Amino acid sequence: MSASIQSMAPRRRSLASGAMGKWGLRGAAIIYLGFMIVLPLSAIVANGFAAGVKIFWSDVTNPTAFSALKLTIIASVIVSAVNAVMGTLTAYVVVRYEFIGKRLLNSLIDMPFAIPTLVTGVMLVALYGPQRTLGAWLMGKGIQVIFATPGIVLALLLITYPFVIRAVQPVLMEVEKGQEEAAYTLGASKWITFLHIVLPNITRALMTGSLLTFARALGEFGSIVVVAGNIPGKTLTAPVYIYGQIESQNQRSASAMSVLLLGLSFTLILVVEWIQSRKGSAHVHQ
Amino acid sequence: MSTSDSTIKPGGPLLNQARARRGPRLSFIERVLIGVVVLYAAVLLLGPLAALAWSSLVDGAGEFVRQVTSPDALSSLKLTLMLAAGATIINTVFGLCVAWILVRDGFAGQKIINGLVDLPFAVSPVIAGFMLILLFGRGGWLTPIIDWLGIKVVFAVPGMLIATTFISLPFVIREVMPVLSQLGLEQENAAYTMGAGKLQTFWRVTLPAVRWGLLYGVSLTFARAVGEIGAVLVVSGGVSHLTETSTLFIFRSLDDRNYVGAYAMAVVLAAITFVILMLMESLKKRSEAVD
Repeated sequence: MSASIQSMAPRRRSLASGAMGKWGLRGAAIIYLGFMIVLPLSAIVANGFAAGVKIFWSDVTNPTAFSALKLTIIASVIVSAVNAVMGTLTAYVVVRYEFIGKRLLNSLIDMPFAIPTLVTGVMLVALYGPQRTLGAWLMGKGIQVIFATPGIVLALLLITYPFVIRAVQPVLMEVEKGQEEAAYTLGASKWITFLHIVLPNITRALMTGSLLTFARALGEFGSIVVVAGNIPGKTLTAPVYIYGQIESQNQRSASAMSVLLLGLSFTLILVVEWIQSRKGSAHVHQ
Repeated sequence: MSTSDSTIKPGGPLLNQARARRGPRLSFIERVLIGVVVLYAAVLLLGPLAALAWSSLVDGAGEFVRQVTSPDALSSLKLTLMLAAGATIINTVFGLCVAWILVRDGFAGQKIINGLVDLPFAVSPVIAGFMLILLFGRGGWLTPIIDWLGIKVVFAVPGMLIATTFISLPFVIREVMPVLSQLGLEQENAAYTMGAGKLQTFWRVTLPAVRWGLLYGVSLTFARAVGEIGAVLVVSGGVSHLTETSTLFIFRSLDDRNYVGAYAMAVVLAAITFVILMLMESLKKRSEAVD
């Protein structure tokens, strides 16, 4: 008791002397976030709706804009689905098995986080570009990768490769070993164990990883702009469409599409937050 | 061979665990699964990486060096590193303020601020750049102020700096916050008790304690800033070589069909970020060892 009082006294003194510092810090943080985030976002929303909701709607539903949006969403859905399967499989294999090259694989997983997305696009052009050996060979077989939809999907797969793996991996490592072993011991096959023991436990992490993949894929620009060819109505994605509209001084339709994309990704982020906030209560339940 | 081994019944959990770990008893299907995972990673990640390295050297090492040491390439690299350094400094100083406020300072707007911090990750880089054009371009909200000050923001270096700062904003905050909240108040209070001032406590106690998380955030910020294209492309306007970063250099080289130049600079950027990644890995190990 006396010890706590002793430690309280000097602390209160330092707080009093630091009141100005505290408000200084708050002020700095608020000005920083206000200037960097709130103000720019407000500007874009205001601009998007400046001409009214009707114009906004016609801006995002004109054929070029709509097909760009459709392509972006379809590609993002494909990539999220592939990542959900391959990411879970990769996380499972890395956590459960020992094999040659595991260390290399484990450090490769983070590579897409570090390498600039533009460089990723350039890498794909270097491998699958029409002038390259592999690219030319695939062209001969009638498969065009670069300047076509497969290139877009490939670029997105590369960029979002770590999301599901890194979301699922820690959950697999921590929660499940004991239960899984109990199931084996009781004679359940690996597949049954996976379906009934592993999968229910990683569902939340899997959903988080897939949604983050989707959100990331929606906004991707650097790699896409290099590999897609950006043909309106064919391989033009929504972010590249926005870039094109800005370049041709068409700020209103650029704003409209931006607001739509922002709305989509904010919703996704909110869903992810909601899933994660449910985590705590579910643990108590177990 | 020892007696303790013989006490474990076949199929017991320990043996199963050993089986799962060692792997000589993998079933056919398990081998196939491992093969699929490794092959997928190799085709998706290593293939393009190897192709880039190979393509950059296809005209010889001399050509590679000539490309990345051309005046345009060097000045773009300089601008990239300067922008990345600037963004990292701004995000480190203010990021520490925000992290401190979110962890230590209980006040009303905390939740809103916490939600705001993640927004830059949810915004497409092109949109990030576009927002700055709307703010600082012709008829923008802040254009009168910068005109009065006589600064050029859009289509100039200041705009590129703001754009780079925006897209790399959350890293320091998100890396420092957990370390700071784990640290608790005891050490700081002890320092106060011994008569240390706020600033002194921050420099001598708090900062050293969060240093690994901070360095981790700093390297993520820098790596992200070095590789940015979308936001910078929109804001720079591609007007002159004065506003050309390395990513824009690559972009222009591809347009000009100077493929070797694009490949070579891409290798340089990949190497820079790769070194940062290695640094991060060692930092992670270091911080885990400290814990």
